[in-house]
Formats: sequence, C-alpha cells, structure tokens
Amino acid sequence: MSKTIITVVGKDTVGIIAKVCTYLAENQVNVEDISQTIVQGYFNMMMIVDTSRSSKPYAEMVTELDELGERIGVRIRCQREDIFTKMHRI
Amino acid sequence: MINILEVNETNKMIEQEKLDVRTITLGISLLDCCDADLDTLNRNIYEKITRLAKDLVSTGREIELEYGIPIVNKRIAVTPIALVCGRACETQEDFVAVAKTLDRAARDTGVNFIGGYSAIVSKGMTPTDEALIRSIPAALAATERVCSSVNVGSTKTGINMDAVKLMGEIVRETAEATKEQNSIGCTKLVVFCNAPDDNPFMAGAFHGVSEADAVINVGVSGPGVIKHALESVRGENFEVLCETVKKTAFKVTRAGQLVALEASRRLGIPFGIVDLSLAPTPSVGDSVAGILEEMGLESAGAPGTTAALALLNDQVKKGGIMASSFVGGLSGAFIPVSEDQGMIDAVNRGALTLEKLEAMTCVCSVGLDMIAIPGDTPASTISGIIADEAAIGMINNKTTAVRLIPVIGKDVGDTVEFGGLLGHAPIQQVNRFGCADFINRGGRIPAPVHSFKN
Repeated sequence: MSKTIITVVGKDTVGIIAKVCTYLAENQVNVEDISQTIVQGYFNMMMIVDTSRSSKPYAEMVTELDELGERIGVRIRCQREDIFTKMHRI
Repeated sequence: MINILEVNETNKMIEQEKLDVRTITLGISLLDCCDADLDTLNRNIYEKITRLAKDLVSTGREIELEYGIPIVNKRIAVTPIALVCGRACETQEDFVAVAKTLDRAARDTGVNFIGGYSAIVSKGMTPTDEALIRSIPAALAATERVCSSVNVGSTKTGINMDAVKLMGEIVRETAEATKEQNSIGCTKLVVFCNAPDDNPFMAGAFHGVSEADAVINVGVSGPGVIKHALESVRGENFEVLCETVKKTAFKVTRAGQLVALEASRRLGIPFGIVDLSLAPTPSVGDSVAGILEEMGLESAGAPGTTAALALLNDQVKKGGIMASSFVGGLSGAFIPVSEDQGMIDAVNRGALTLEKLEAMTCVCSVGLDMIAIPGDTPASTISGIIADEAAIGMINNKTTAVRLIPVIGKDVGDTVEFGGLLGHAPIQQVNRFGCADFINRGGRIPAPVHSFKN
C-alpha cells in the first residue's frame, strides 16, 4: 500500500506536532519521516506516514485531521503519496 | 523520496492556482439497448446507465478526498442516440422521450451532464439522423442535463452542407425553445467537424462506435497553473517560455493520469484516455486569455494572439503526451468566451472579435465556443459560420466545433448570464452580410486533397 503525506501549514504555536502525533498514535498510524521548517513565523511540516495498520477509513481520517487543524488554527492535509510522486518523478 | 518543496508546490497548484481534474467522464455503449419497442428501449437505456454509473459520483468524491485534488465534474457520455433509437422512434415525441430517459438516468446517478443526444452525419443523413436532429430543440427544452452534438463533416468525407443548413435552423429553434432562460439550450448543443469518439468534455461528449462497452476518460485543466509558472519567466526568450509551459503541462497531466487510473481501477471499467485540454472557468485566475496576456499581449485578441495560442497549444501537447499513457479527446487549449473571464474582458474592451476568434480556432481546440450573438441572427448566417469552422477543421485535419448562442431578445451591447461553469457573455457583433444563397445550394463539399499542403 502506498504511503500517505500529511502536511501541516499555519501560524506557529506550542504543541502542533504533539497534537497531530497523538491523533496518529491513537489511530495506529505509523510516522516514518518528519521534515519541518518555519518560514516567516509560519509552521510548515510534512510527515510521511503508513496507514496500513489503521482501522479507520481513509476518508474519515482526512476529515478528522482537517477538523483537528481547524481546532488548533492550522491547515492539515492528508493525501496519498502518489499525487506527489506521479507529478514530480518520471 | 518526495520532499517538502515538491509537496508544497503541488498543494499550492491545487489551493492557489486552481489545479483540478475537470471531469471524469464515463463512456457507455448503448448499442445493446436497441429495441423496436420504445418503452423497452427506454428501460434498457435507463437500466444500463444507472447500473454502470451507480458508483461514478461516489468514487469521484473518494478519489478527490484521498488525493486532495478537486474533481469538478462527473459525467456520462453515451452512444450517439441516432444509432440506438432508429427502430423505436417515429415521432418527435418518441425522440424526446429518449432524451428524458437520459435526463432521468443522469439525475439519478448524480452527474451534472450526459452527452450523446447526437448524430454523426458527416457524409449523409439517415431518416433517423434527420428526425433526431429536428427533435433537438424540443429535447433540450424538455431536459436539464442532456447535451447534444452533431458532426457535420470530416477530413475524410468532406462537409455535409445539407446538415450545415439544417443545423443553422436547429440552433435558432433551440434558442427560441429556451428563450425564457436566455436561450440556454444552445449552450448544450455543439456542431462538430472531425468529432472525436472519446471526448470527455461537454457539451460535445459522446461514446463513439469505435469504443469498448464502457470506458473512463478524464479531462484535465490548469490554466491558472500555467499562468503562474509563466509569471516566473517574464522577459525570457521563447525557448524558456516553451519549456516552462511544457514542464508545467507534464505535471498537470500526471495528476489527470493518476485520477484516471484510480477511477478505472475502483470502478472496474477500462481506462480510455486523458484529454490534455486547458479548460478555463469563469473564476478569476483560471483563464486561457490570462496565459496569452502573461506571454506579453496587452489583451487577448491583440496581434500575436494566434501565435501565442499556437505555441501554448503545442507545448501543452508536448508536455502532456509524455505524462499520459493514452491521450485523446480534444487535447488542446479551449477558448470559450463566456467560460473565461479573460476572454469576456477582451471582448468588452473591443480587443477580441468573432473573426479573430475564428483565426484562433485554426491553431487550438476546439472552435467558436460559448459565443453569444444577437437573437435576430438569421439561420443562414449561423450555417455560414458553421461551414467556415467545419472547413477549417476539414482542411487542417483537426476537430473544430461551433457552440453559438443566439440570445433571443438581446443585441450587441447587452450581456447574458448562463450561471455556474457556463458563465456570462457580452453579445458579440456578427458580420451583417448574408450568405443565404451559398447555404441554400444544398449537397456536399467534397473531401479535400491530402497532398499539396499549402
């Protein structure tokens, strides 16, 4: 099964990674890689995760992460990796 | 492994530059629905469409959510109805009943348009073809989601001028039949030359007889992405300009190819083609005219427009063809007026005329598209415009089409609002000199010579 990319973009604040990772841990989603930068005060994170052991339907996870983002004031997107690899790799 | 810059680039294309997949179109053959009894025919058609397309919209939504890319439209294209209903339909009411069945199937499967109320008459018309064509005004007035197209010529057969004459009248009658809604029926009626069998875009989509029983075709989009990419190469030479368009078109098309393969896998229906068209929408920043202006034109329609469009079209194809395993449909830049805010602005400022649009159709897909003209334009003049476009397609071995809307009760200086993706348009001036004696000759224009290309 292909990997999933989670991106978090928004104003930097305490505990963003903790909240996202807690949600992922609760749903048996394994984090394989994290890269993160702060550009002009804006938090910008990309996680590569494996959802194959999660029992949660994919669409539900997308929606719940979106809602979690709204609660903590950032934009969280959860997308299958293929959309990026197809576009940027031949 | 993918990096954060690449991920951000893709998401910026989607969120800020309006990258989307314009349509997943499910082509369905209705040839096995034929029956001599009208009720049985209608039942067969309804059952086959709703059986094959029952998961189309929900699958489209799933893919949209999982990949984070909008899929704007989910649509259905069927076998040209003139090929299906010959035995069962005698009166105009019979044909309209079939159109209503298509409309009902479209509504019940949740798609916004169904294409294929069509006839292919590039060389001649059967009695059924002609009867179907004559029923188009009533069919489009009685339905909401049905789209109709008629192919009146091809490079191999020449142009059926009897059909061209008839279509001028049918466009007018359709405008009259839907005059209470700004002649909106004409936005769902396309007259083609060299119509492709696998076009996923409305209003001209139908499922050609060369196709399998069912097939998934996808139309990509992305004028905003190309425009944004060109903003970074202002002042650079044509080599840099062309390379930038090509590379960007590759990325846009790869997204379309991914969605097409996913839809095909999930629905269990073979993948047909990706249509590489740059399809604009009326929203700001999603305009083909905007790309031409970014290249250095003061306004779309200015001298240089045809050259700019030609290079855009060619580079989109060069980038797109490598990105997809099968390319088809119309594949090129669309230049509809009402559906592209930049084109509307160009017409309003007097930079873009019908004649310039005609020249532009020589180098791009598809043709004179979504152009509102005065409601009193004679049928013979509309036929003349159709004949001109068909001639461009026939001679240049390309698809051309005409989707004109003679808006009843409106004249140059007025504007018309169609709503949604269909947009709004100023009424454009049409050449007032007549061509009735030319159109009334009847018969066919022979196929052209395929050598001595000058």
